[in-house]
Amino acid sequence: MTATENAPATTGVPFTLNGVELEAKQGENLLDACDRLGVHIPRFCYHPRMTPVGMCRMCLVEIDTGRGPALQPGCMMTVSPNMVVNTESEATVKAQDGVLELLLINHPLDCPVCDKGGECPLQDNAFAYGPGESRFVEEKRHYEKPIPISDLVFLDRERCILCDRCTRFADEVAGDPLIHFVDRGAQTQVNTFPDHPFSSYFSGNTVQICPVGALTAKPYRFKARPWDLTGVESTAAVDATGARVAIQSSQNRLVRVLGVDSDAVNWGWLSDKERFIHEATDAEDRLTDPLTRDDAGEFVVRRWTDATKIAAEALQGPAERIGVIGGARLPLEAQFLWARLTDELGITSRDAQLGDGLDPAILSGAPRATIDRACTPGGTVVLLGADPKEELPSLFLRLRHAVAEDGVKLIELTPRASSLSSYAKARLYAAPGAAAEVAAAISTDASASVGGVDAQELAKAAELLGADGPVTVLVGRANLAETADLTAAALVALHDVAPDLAVLSGLRRGNIHGAIEMGLVPGSAEGGDGAAGKSTEAMLAAAAAGEIDTLVLLGADPMADVPNRELVESAFAAVATVVSIDTFNTASTARADIVLPAAAWGEVDGTFCNLEGRLSPLSAKVTSPGQARADWIIAAELALATGHDLGVGSLGEVRSAMVETVPSLAGVDFDGLVSDADGPVIGGDRAWSLSAPSVSVPPVDGYGLRLLVDRTLWDEGTMVHHAPSLAHLATTATVSVAPAVLDRLGVQPGDQVTLNHENGSVDLAVAADGRLPDGVARIPFRAAGFDAGTLIGEGPVVDVRLDRASS
Amino acid sequence: MSRLNAANVTLANEIISHYPKKKSALIPLLHLAQEQDGYVADDAMEHIAELVEVTPAEVLGTCSFYEMFKRHPVGTYMINVCTNISCQLLGGEELLHHAEQTLGIRPGGTTDDGMFTLEDVECIAACTEAPCLQVNYRHEYRLSTDDFDRLVADLRSGKRSDIPAHGTLGTVRQHIPADRRAGIKHPDDEGTPAWFASRQPAES
Repeated sequence: MTATENAPATTGVPFTLNGVELEAKQGENLLDACDRLGVHIPRFCYHPRMTPVGMCRMCLVEIDTGRGPALQPGCMMTVSPNMVVNTESEATVKAQDGVLELLLINHPLDCPVCDKGGECPLQDNAFAYGPGESRFVEEKRHYEKPIPISDLVFLDRERCILCDRCTRFADEVAGDPLIHFVDRGAQTQVNTFPDHPFSSYFSGNTVQICPVGALTAKPYRFKARPWDLTGVESTAAVDATGARVAIQSSQNRLVRVLGVDSDAVNWGWLSDKERFIHEATDAEDRLTDPLTRDDAGEFVVRRWTDATKIAAEALQGPAERIGVIGGARLPLEAQFLWARLTDELGITSRDAQLGDGLDPAILSGAPRATIDRACTPGGTVVLLGADPKEELPSLFLRLRHAVAEDGVKLIELTPRASSLSSYAKARLYAAPGAAAEVAAAISTDASASVGGVDAQELAKAAELLGADGPVTVLVGRANLAETADLTAAALVALHDVAPDLAVLSGLRRGNIHGAIEMGLVPGSAEGGDGAAGKSTEAMLAAAAAGEIDTLVLLGADPMADVPNRELVESAFAAVATVVSIDTFNTASTARADIVLPAAAWGEVDGTFCNLEGRLSPLSAKVTSPGQARADWIIAAELALATGHDLGVGSLGEVRSAMVETVPSLAGVDFDGLVSDADGPVIGGDRAWSLSAPSVSVPPVDGYGLRLLVDRTLWDEGTMVHHAPSLAHLATTATVSVAPAVLDRLGVQPGDQVTLNHENGSVDLAVAADGRLPDGVARIPFRAAGFDAGTLIGEGPVVDVRLDRASS
Repeated sequence: MSRLNAANVTLANEIISHYPKKKSALIPLLHLAQEQDGYVADDAMEHIAELVEVTPAEVLGTCSFYEMFKRHPVGTYMINVCTNISCQLLGGEELLHHAEQTLGIRPGGTTDDGMFTLEDVECIAACTEAPCLQVNYRHEYRLSTDDFDRLVADLRSGKRSDIPAHGTLGTVRQHIPADRRAGIKHPDDEGTPAWFASRQPAES
């Protein structure tokens, strides 16, 4: 191995690598420099996204900084001027050989039954640099193997080489230091505290970065051998962050998803949801055949041609009496075709959001930020929305790094302390209904507390917003029991204080930003009769009032996802025809009249548009079950059947049509997306054009507690529910309140309380949550055991009262 | 044997107030827990984690690194017999064997009555006084086997009031009032130390 001759000349640090004069960048780590220059130094513990620690000693190389050559760990060295590095000297080779012999002393030779075998850095390095034979004849160290350290991860301590990667990840990157080195010397092991499992949302990353087979993930254990796997790069579509992934399959089944390092997005990390949700694609109860109702109202399996004809008939009714709900699950190409098809049919009521998002005007009417802008050192980020750890976990890791390491200043304008609150510089915990009021009160000379927020915090926030550095607002829906207009009003108020702010969308649902970009938003149909289209909530209300005959659900489950449960129930009861195009049996498909099975993630090629507007590829790796079809084919067939030929016969033709007709996609090279780890950002320049909607929030009534309904990462969502390893993680519904409220009620955490609301009452277990302000009760949305949607009505906020359960 | 009792929580909070970062109080609090129970119980580690705002795993990591934090109950008196070179030459191993036979336990074991735990240790820094041992880390010098028997008898009969039960570091505890403490400053507020600033490249 020799250094490449044509190394790029940088304005850097001259040094000698294996006798060749080269240049490193200022402050560049020696291992990074060698990687860049094409010289490989073996390593186990070094990871470019984490602090070097020099634990494994594998990267010992001979380095001369003017005091004579000495063996030093390359990962701990910054290249200094005139440093002489020799990675091939006799001393280096002997050191590598020795380190490997020592590492292998206690490492079991169970490679044939080890999941890592075949892709194991220890195997590879032992083969390339190791002694080949061990002189160790004594008994190896033994531990119970493997032990579960969380619901998803198993630890085999015998295989561990103590590289500190997993423990460093847990501490530095995830901020969940629940695994640690325990004991010392020859007994050192990685472990959790007894009965405190490694229950991190990011635990799967430790499996990916483990350089040996010590950490294995339950969903992948013994499922495949690395040499049987074939892979393709794609994008995690389970939330809107759009983390880049590699998906791997064996025997036409998705078996593993790995994070791919994208500088602009996820830095190689994934949440466990993004990593393991692929199990759902392989679930037993996927929709496999087109279904329609027979005379008795039972589902019957139909051929595609028949089902398409029946669905086309439903679509050909009066356009103003048809509504299209959903589309966030679809790839960009299918969203485009659905927008075209609804244009052709004159359907203006279409909405990819399910009443749990924001007015799309917020995204089109404000300058848009990228994740990188939000994470610019010295900048300020305002959290105006849900906890990113629960809704956009990969984005959370980027933000956490920015506020913990890069000096980005965080302002929380949230209903309760977020997962980043320990790093926040100003904490504005506005009670539900008060966000706009609090935002409007942000001022350097604030003197009175507003909406439960101290004047001091308001002044601090004003100071931070006025400081140098870009201001980015992460706007999402913090509270499903509160009208989204309040979030919009708060954003406008923030804009008054920081006119240069940019918005990073916090809408969470899959490819929602692609859907908005393609026009699956109310009222944007071109061929319509000028009537404004209805939003999902308006469509449901119209359906309930008998003004809509047909609802088309594009991968949407309004029965479970629209916050206002009563509204959905009455709409579904009244509407004549429901066409559902989905991958799973959901509460909504069960009520549908026509069900068309669609191909799921991992089964179709396409394009994903993340919350920045960044395009990345979605790739097919396995075939769809039964007769399930790609969404773009379904749309194209329905277009043909309704007499509106869209003129597309292949994905390539769809893409050509997109590039031609959608201005923001002009010049996009769809085929090049796979090889572009960062991907182009579309729809960039947007000027501020928002004005505050007026919302009047009633004072807290006799009920006394304002309701906060928000999401947790593990809920009863369709995908989580169908992934066997994840389903049991779903949060159980409890009502949580500040400890002071518990004291007032005279109940203990875990006790049953009666929750009284407008429409009745319900008994729930109560929990204490120190992150909640007084006067707020929180219930997670789509949690197991209780549907919080039944509490949500049409008012701007919801008030509830807690009593001790009578029994 | 569990979480810190109310008096010790007060003490713990005082100890924590000595440090600019709560986490720095971790080791003193582990000593406090060991003083309370004679060993560091799992519940105590969880309690300390709450007090200094780290995870229990981090407390365990620190606690388990140090041999002298015992994570399982030990005897009231921990007897450490030195078997390193000087003591070995002057009868340290014989002393250890005698201790094993007298107490009826192997090194690492605890007598049934919970009075004694025996350990063999490496050098305890009293080579001029070999063979030696420690009782709860208090030295006993130049012991014959008879001396050992006398020591054990004295300990059993309570004559050695100078040796507190296992876990007690000292009998005097300092209470430094807040106004008399040396400037406690959070490292983040310290600015760049002078010795480091002088090596920083000049701003261009």
